[in-house]
Amino acid sequence: MSIATPAQVTLPKRSEAPVNEPRKRWTRFILPTYTVLMILYLASPIFVMILYGLNDIPGDRQTPKFWGFTLDWWKNVFNIQGLPEAFKNSLIIAPVSAAIATVVGALFGLALGRYRFRGIGIIGFVIFLAIAVPEIVLGSSLLSMFVTVNAPLGMGTILVSHIGFSIAFVAVTVRARVQGLDRNLEDAAQDLFATPIAAFFKVTLPLIAPAILAGFLLAFVLSLDDFVITNFVAGQTNTFPLWVFGAQRIGIPPQVNVMGTLLFAAGIVAAIANVVASRRRK
Amino acid sequence: MVPYYLLSPGGLFLLLFFLIPLALMVYLSLKSGGLLSGGFSFSWEFSNYSSALGQYRPQFLRSLTYSVIVTIAALLLAYPMTYWIAFYAKRKSTWLLLILLPFFVSFVIRTIQWKFILGDNGPIIGPLKNLGLLSDDFRVLATPFAVVAGITYNYLPFTALPLYVALERIDKSLIEAAKDLYSSRWESFYKVVWPLSLPGVFAAFLLTFVPATGDYVNSSLLGGPGTTMIGNIIQEKFLVELDYPEAAALSVILMIVMLVLASVYARILGTEDVERAAGAQA
Repeated sequence: MSIATPAQVTLPKRSEAPVNEPRKRWTRFILPTYTVLMILYLASPIFVMILYGLNDIPGDRQTPKFWGFTLDWWKNVFNIQGLPEAFKNSLIIAPVSAAIATVVGALFGLALGRYRFRGIGIIGFVIFLAIAVPEIVLGSSLLSMFVTVNAPLGMGTILVSHIGFSIAFVAVTVRARVQGLDRNLEDAAQDLFATPIAAFFKVTLPLIAPAILAGFLLAFVLSLDDFVITNFVAGQTNTFPLWVFGAQRIGIPPQVNVMGTLLFAAGIVAAIANVVASRRRK
Repeated sequence: MVPYYLLSPGGLFLLLFFLIPLALMVYLSLKSGGLLSGGFSFSWEFSNYSSALGQYRPQFLRSLTYSVIVTIAALLLAYPMTYWIAFYAKRKSTWLLLILLPFFVSFVIRTIQWKFILGDNGPIIGPLKNLGLLSDDFRVLATPFAVVAGITYNYLPFTALPLYVALERIDKSLIEAAKDLYSSRWESFYKVVWPLSLPGVFAAFLLTFVPATGDYVNSSLLGGPGTTMIGNIIQEKFLVELDYPEAAALSVILMIVMLVLASVYARILGTEDVERAAGAQA
């Protein structure tokens, strides 16, 4: 590459608006409009779900026709065979697996984020694989193991499977926060005669708490939502997504829409709480 | 020693419920025999692979075709949106949250709503048929289009998050620099932004392509007999036919595809982007 001497440079004509000035043309609306349309597209099944949970249908399966509004399905949300049991199982598995995965995964993330040690590369790669692995491969490999060791399928196998796939997600969430932490804070605490353990609990833990909470919520949602892996390891046990999948063969009961709406509302509350919590700690 | 203590509980879980199952699935895939004829025994039965590949070649090819279309469609849909959020939007995290909110609702419930929306007499096609704009036997459900559209919808966050992570990291002053050097808006995009966002494109590819190839929920809910994917075969053989060795062989093939792509990706680009995208869900 030769360096151009000033004489060789011919400046192209400037036809565009001056640099750094926002464009005044209509084209600047294209991308924001597109983004809003995409959000509406992504949310469209949610709108349908909420609306048809209020549909005053004559039978007990969702119909394309909208018959008018009713709160019947909201009042009788559990009045349908099999759904309460399945939902109860999900509500046991999600918090228990998320809690265990959070403790174990946070320790893992802490180790990866603040220490250098032999084998860190391989362990990091395993975490990466655990995130990138398709659910069907994970589900079928877990079933392969349970079949090989003759483990009875049910709540136990669902629980350990959910813990297993959540750990990596909690670990990377916590690790990112730990890496962003100022090590000097902990050193300062120790200079002020705090023991390493006291320094951890009084300085480090409060600082990484938002990431631990976020990791817990992520693990909770992943567990509550999971269909594929659970389908492989559940045996005869039903969880909420498994029950819904089975029920839709003969049409969707409107109660499913109501349950979906409730879970969606809970998700929004948790997301807002998470955002507020992380803002406050910054 | 401290990091090893912190790692040991999570490491044990990952060993027991991630690595050992994968190894046992390979072991199971090399067994022969049948459930009724005295069970399966290990016999280096490599013919499971050749017979599986031979017998299910159409499903494999179909899965790969769908998955390529899905990955391209999801990239095209997600890129302009994440580009706008990363470069121009104020309140980036709110926009991101709006994109992710629908995914708080169970994957199965969302897909069932699409089945309903796209139904033969559903809220879109029904009225068009009544107006005579579509012929009576027109349908979207049970076509490859419905399956591809469903998978694209469901995997869009896995495309959008890594893209966003990569785009957000680009130094915005580079665009100003490009403009100062008289590049047009389009030139500054494809000469500066696009090359710098390629790591995100590859991460999105990894997180979308492999899981999409193994998906079977969209095909079983939105598809028909002509849209069977390899995931349907794997789950059918594992859970209905109980033909474990051949089912395991099919799943091992998917696992190898995943391992190869993930290793190449990690070698060239490192694992951080994918992990940040996984954490960004929280």
